[in-house]
Amino acid sequence: MDLDLNPQQQDLVAAFRAFFLKESPPSVVRSAEPHGFDPSLWSRVAQLGGPAIGVPEGSGGGGAGLVDLVLITEQLGASLAPIPLLEGMIAARVLARVGDSGREALERLTSSAPAVATVALTPVRDGQARMVPAGGIAELVVGLDGSDLVLASGEPPVGRRNLGDSPVADRSFGADRTVLASGSAALELHATALNEWRTLTAGAQAGLGATALGLGVEYAKQRKQFGVPIGSFQSIARDLADVATAVDGATMLAREAAWAADVCQTDAPALAGMAFLFAGRTAQKASGVALHVHGGYGFTLEYDVQLYYRRAKAWSLALGDPRRGLQALADVLFGPGART
Amino acid sequence: MDFSLGDRCEELRTEVREFLAEHLPQETIDRVHETGTAHDWTFYRALGARGWIGAAWPKEFGGQDRDPFEMTALRDELRLAGAPTDGLGQSLIVARTIRHVGTEDQKQEFLPPALAGEIIFALGYSEPDSGSDVAAAKTRATRDGDDWVINGQKMFTTLAHEAAFVFLLARTNPEVAKHKGLTMFLVPLDSPGVEMHPVHTMGGERTNATFYNDVRVPDRYRVGSVDGGWDVMTVALTFERGGFGLSDADRVWQQAVAWAKTTLGDDGTPIIDDPLVRERLASMRINNEVAKLLAYRTSFVAARGGLPTVEGSMHKLWYSESMTADAGELLDMLGAKGVLRRGDGDAPADGWIEHLYRHAAVTTIYGGTSEVQRGIIAERGLGLPRPGR
Ligand SMILES: Cc1cc2nc3c(=O)[nH]c(=O)nc-3n(C[C@H](O)[C@H](O)[C@H](O)COP(=O)(O)OP(=O)(O)OC[C@H]3O[C@@H](n4cnc5c(N)ncnc54)[C@H](O)[C@@H]3O)c2cc1C
Repeated sequence: MDLDLNPQQQDLVAAFRAFFLKESPPSVVRSAEPHGFDPSLWSRVAQLGGPAIGVPEGSGGGGAGLVDLVLITEQLGASLAPIPLLEGMIAARVLARVGDSGREALERLTSSAPAVATVALTPVRDGQARMVPAGGIAELVVGLDGSDLVLASGEPPVGRRNLGDSPVADRSFGADRTVLASGSAALELHATALNEWRTLTAGAQAGLGATALGLGVEYAKQRKQFGVPIGSFQSIARDLADVATAVDGATMLAREAAWAADVCQTDAPALAGMAFLFAGRTAQKASGVALHVHGGYGFTLEYDVQLYYRRAKAWSLALGDPRRGLQALADVLFGPGART
Repeated sequence: MDFSLGDRCEELRTEVREFLAEHLPQETIDRVHETGTAHDWTFYRALGARGWIGAAWPKEFGGQDRDPFEMTALRDELRLAGAPTDGLGQSLIVARTIRHVGTEDQKQEFLPPALAGEIIFALGYSEPDSGSDVAAAKTRATRDGDDWVINGQKMFTTLAHEAAFVFLLARTNPEVAKHKGLTMFLVPLDSPGVEMHPVHTMGGERTNATFYNDVRVPDRYRVGSVDGGWDVMTVALTFERGGFGLSDADRVWQQAVAWAKTTLGDDGTPIIDDPLVRERLASMRINNEVAKLLAYRTSFVAARGGLPTVEGSMHKLWYSESMTADAGELLDMLGAKGVLRRGDGDAPADGWIEHLYRHAAVTTIYGGTSEVQRGIIAERGLGLPRPGR
């Protein structure tokens, strides 16, 4: 067992943390609302490693494993940076896996000015993929249509106003789509992409939770009522201690899920589901407690904690009702249930 | 990054399972359940004979020099099998504390028999009037020549009826601030003047009230310096919260899944197909995984030579609180039949879920209540100001 980051991972985390702290403070997050995309930030993050960072070096990527990527999405979530890095990482890895049929698209992601790409989480129906993350800005969208893994490209539609101010939109897969893979291979590729998405989103939620907790703790140390810092009230400290515990657990669980996938553990799919569900719940709890600790000020748009509160919920809904997520996890753990 | 305990642990797991098949008969599990004494000498001596009580200890103390994660794997297997481990747990806390702060003579005298499974220790911290505020202990120790004379009462002295020594927190100086006048002793429980009464609990566990009336203890059984008992306690409490891997929640989860897969519900379909059952079991599995990770992190920090105070509190808080909540959820999922106790042929999962419901509550209390753990996390982990007292 080794829970420490290796020196390269420490450097990776330090680089992304420093980048986001400097380039994506809450003011940048706010000015990207409601569209949720800052193109200039996107072009600059490519210097650290853009969406192809998790693609094998032989295919022109950075060769990073899922553990490295989850360390990056922790920082991404911690800063709420308005860029489709997570979505792009997933899409790039799928495109690299499909081989020749994805090569041309992959080249657009390995370039120094990478295109925006994403994967539709739910299957395409009647030529439409609904509520695609980054669908409102992506030039390339990978989706599962029946038993075909397909790629659509083209002008993104206008995004939709939403709780998390994310560039979510429906995407159509018209006649000009490319088939990347078919049959069981296509289903497997999409399932793998979904599990990677769960794992990386878990990292982002854990990072979001950690930042929200930090906001709550700082405010609790500074804000005084009845002549003392509110953090000295036990009910405030209690909630923050519970959140701190859950955030540490969520962070480790996301990393464990990524590690399990990197080393091909058989329980990797179950861990991806667990990590996603737990981190989503934890991020909501963390931002909820942090907002409450701020009293009325936390409810105002002027304070940052609401930015976290809204996204924690929005991100955890992208795969549908989390209680159905528990049912899906049960299918992985116990085999499909007969009554659903 | 590596979340596996390692290949050597997998080998050890297999050995432990074989050992358990031989040395942990159902009668032992049943007897432990009925008496509430979570210690069995035949089993414990066999464990000692294999060298596993001191598996992670250096050879000089009679240990096997295994890495600390092998000890985690070992304890995980014991937990999953439902083996009695209270004696092991308590004794390792005291043994580790002696190794940390004891004299050479104390190490020579206590560690070999403790690691061989010949003796166990009880923990004598809590008193009728002091539990969470453990430093308010009133039990007195006064110097008399080469001896100390102990007078007072301890409450919840678990396994005192089986232990050779109680690791006793006593007041040696009532004139100074409460943390500064405490001293720790190893008191032989067969000393004249020691009395005990059993205390029975809702979870079936037996514990004891112990009484000390002019009990004489030689000075060489003092652990740490005179009036330096709080420093010793700090070490011992960290070991108490930091030594776990899996818990009863993992064992009962496995039992519940096995039961749900092999049992038909009233409507004739397998219980495991019920979405409400599936949701509960999946949700508890997540909480257990988080508990395991928080536990492993505690072991990891300790293995690197750190004192995992906040990490240990986080694990203790999480596993006990989530286990208590999940025990209630599992019982809900069983409906009316869930109330049947172990021994009733109809009791789902052999009554282990009903038992967990009664047992889990204490895990949020002993070893420092959840409020105490949250205080440690808030103050030492998050740097929040101490509450006004
Ligand atoms: C089955 C069992 C076995 C045990 N085994 C042992 C053993 O072997 N050795 C041993 O020494 N002890 C043992 N204990 C005792 C155990 O450690 C204590 O019960 C525990 O520390 C709580 O102390 P208390 O019972 O006096 O409760 P109190 O300290 O009186 O607490 C009552 C309530 O008040 C809360 N509270 C107290 N102080 C604060 C505070 N500052 N802020 C907020 N809330 C607070 C507590 O959290 C709790 O909810 C055992 C207990 C049980 C039930």
